[in-house]
Amino acid sequence: MWYYEKKLQYPVKVTECNPRLAKYLIEQYGGADGELSAALRYLNQRYSIPDKVIGLLTDIGTEEFAHLEMIATMIYKLTKDATPEQMKAAGLGAHYANHDNALFYHNAAGSPWTATYIQAKGDPIADLYEDIAAEEKARATYQWIINMSDDPCLNDSLKFLREREVVHSQRFREAVEILKFEKDRKQFF
Amino acid sequence: MKQAADPAKERYALMEKIQMVDFALVELTLYLDTHPQDTQAIQQFNQLAVESRDLKSAYEQRFGPLRQYGASFSGYPWNWGDSPWPWQL
Repeated sequence: MWYYEKKLQYPVKVTECNPRLAKYLIEQYGGADGELSAALRYLNQRYSIPDKVIGLLTDIGTEEFAHLEMIATMIYKLTKDATPEQMKAAGLGAHYANHDNALFYHNAAGSPWTATYIQAKGDPIADLYEDIAAEEKARATYQWIINMSDDPCLNDSLKFLREREVVHSQRFREAVEILKFEKDRKQFF
Repeated sequence: MKQAADPAKERYALMEKIQMVDFALVELTLYLDTHPQDTQAIQQFNQLAVESRDLKSAYEQRFGPLRQYGASFSGYPWNWGDSPWPWQL
């Protein structure tokens, strides 16, 4: 089971109401390489992965939910005071028509989250390479959003998340090496 | 406790300390998942786990429970649902 903790993993501050930035950030909320996809991908793969890496998938999957909460906090803070006119001007008119200022799991272009964003092949190497690729794609997405953002407070939190993607990718690479080593040791051919 | 201290400021400061220690714990957890034999890292992990526990108990005495399902004690009346939630801070 899981325990909720009433704290963000890393502080999230925003300088001002900015629904346009929120629109971009939704990509990391309900997009293909976003935090929801990441959490669900790892926590689903862990049931059939070799024991040696179950701990890692569990822990990274859990951290992804903490990142999802950080992204939600960013979007919430950037839009909570936005008027319908501001939402419309930021390209969030269609979002507002359906959801008011509520958050929803879709990507920056408005496509709803789908399970087809995540894979579970059952082959541990295939699954871990998918995870490495997902982390690298998420890292790139954070970079593109940072490039477009002029909010220094928000960028501080986004840089934290970008660095986490790097660490996760490295850990998954180590997991691949652990499994290769085990395979050679047990001589499963 | 300094006089005329701003409780919101104190909350932020204490929360930030918790976030720092807990971040080191997350990082060590993932590291140890792939380096389970690193004695020094395990020692550091256990030290920080104590530090985190102490910081949280100090925070909770002033600002209410951080964790649920019995991982934190409750005040009276039940104060789990009190604002601010993390995204409201």
